[in-house]
Amino acid sequence: MSSGSPLTQDQSRAIRLMGLPFAYALALLAIPLGAVLLFSFWTQDFMTVDTTFTLDNYREVAESPIYGLLLRRSLMVSGLVTLVTVVLAYPVAYFVSFHVAPSKKSLWLFLITIPFWTSYLIRVFLWKVILGYNGVINSGLTQLGLIDEPLTFILYNVNAVIITLAHAFAPFAILPIFVVLEKIDRSLLEASRDLGETKVSTFFWVTLPLSMPGVVGAALIVFIPTIGDYVTPELMGGAGGKLIANMIQTQFLQLNNAPLGAALAIVAMVCVAGISILFVLLNRRWLRRQT
Amino acid sequence: MSLRVYAIAYLIFLYAPIVLLPIFAFNDATIIAFPLSGVTTEWFGALVGNRSLQSALVNSLIIAGCTAVFATLLGICAARAGAMADYPGKRGITGFVMLPLVLPEIIVAVSLLVILRQVLGLDLGNWTIILAHVLICTPFSIAILNGAFGNLDPSMEEAALDLGCSRWEAFRLVTLPLVMPGIISSLLISFTISLDEFIIAFFLTGANPTLPVYIWGLLRFPAQLPIVMALGTILVGLSIILLTIAEIFRRRGITRSGGQDTGGFL
Repeated sequence: MSSGSPLTQDQSRAIRLMGLPFAYALALLAIPLGAVLLFSFWTQDFMTVDTTFTLDNYREVAESPIYGLLLRRSLMVSGLVTLVTVVLAYPVAYFVSFHVAPSKKSLWLFLITIPFWTSYLIRVFLWKVILGYNGVINSGLTQLGLIDEPLTFILYNVNAVIITLAHAFAPFAILPIFVVLEKIDRSLLEASRDLGETKVSTFFWVTLPLSMPGVVGAALIVFIPTIGDYVTPELMGGAGGKLIANMIQTQFLQLNNAPLGAALAIVAMVCVAGISILFVLLNRRWLRRQT
Repeated sequence: MSLRVYAIAYLIFLYAPIVLLPIFAFNDATIIAFPLSGVTTEWFGALVGNRSLQSALVNSLIIAGCTAVFATLLGICAARAGAMADYPGKRGITGFVMLPLVLPEIIVAVSLLVILRQVLGLDLGNWTIILAHVLICTPFSIAILNGAFGNLDPSMEEAALDLGCSRWEAFRLVTLPLVMPGIISSLLISFTISLDEFIIAFFLTGANPTLPVYIWGLLRFPAQLPIVMALGTILVGLSIILLTIAEIFRRRGITRSGGQDTGGFL
């Protein structure tokens, strides 16, 4: 358009078709996000919103230690969940891509994705049943005689939040890694073996670097959404396991302080975006050094 | 070999909570813990005739139905446009429409709450949840339908045009039947996502809760938990049936348009 070359008939038809979904995302995503940004510079006293521009909300976020604590804890939890999920998921993706017969691959992927689509709320609650005082793990270990008293470090703290989130986001991590592994040219691996490399060194020098884009994709697709979850910390975290999303939810739905909630949401998003970009850049540099 | 053992152990880890669900739904005790004490169908019986549960279920079905239709319509537009010619800014525009896939759900919830409630001063209701669910389901619909549209041979529609069909007729008579399995799959997946979605619905729900919001309320009352287990068993069973049908149609769609199944929705 701006380049001056006229669009072909096919191009303009494609643009017109894309116009509807694009307009929808613009109206219900871009504009609302802009409104959140605007709101974060306003203040609210019960129901009346004061629209004078102010940085008070951001000042409060920066100065009250509680927000910094929650944000740091959230980023730490999301980071650990990402690490656990990706490390646990990689061998599964590798197995399905390299060791499962092509005709059975879809079935494996389907089995992996099913739990992801089913009743999130109840799944989180069931982890309480598994990890609880009289839960599956504790009663099982007691009956086996391995422990005398129920373990208490596995519920109502950050550990429980991490386990539950890692479970919830597992399929999200497997799929991007699997897609990239599928695209790796198998003859490269044969070449490496023919040149005398062992299975293990072939994996670390050929397969792993080639699959890095999938690992990065998996990490981001887990890291970014986990920041926004308030169900798991609410049900599993106890008093010491609350996260920034709980605070955003409280500000909006209980304290009626939408501007402060908006500022928290913006700060959380900026942190997540910043870390994600840093991660992608570092990974790119590492890959370049490898080659 | 050890990799296979690990993969199976991983599947067990994935399914562990779901397996427990029916066990406690039929367990004859009000406490959700081991040891089990006997078999009962009492909890399922308690679901029948529960008025607030029924109204929550009806709300959720309306929302999920509308979401499925609208998200799939938007998905058809986007997937068809994606399979047509490249145009300037295509990557950026497609990326923007797919953005809700990775955006934290609370951000979507908060931004819609601000614009609808605070800026426009509207009352919340089922329609506000539908608006939000269409937004988050459209990327999934596009991902599924890309598999159906992407592999289509354009010469088939061209042949129909050469033989005197109008553009719409060519789409309706040639392309649509070929991508129909993908459309059905997209409808079912969007329906399942919407039916199950809690984080956004909790923010945007009006006076009448959806089913997950209703369940959230029940979780606070220990006496209600066995009923939640029974309800959860039904919901999970229903989801698995819907997803299995969706998967069958998705695969059929890819075969019909002559593509190779790369597996998975994403």
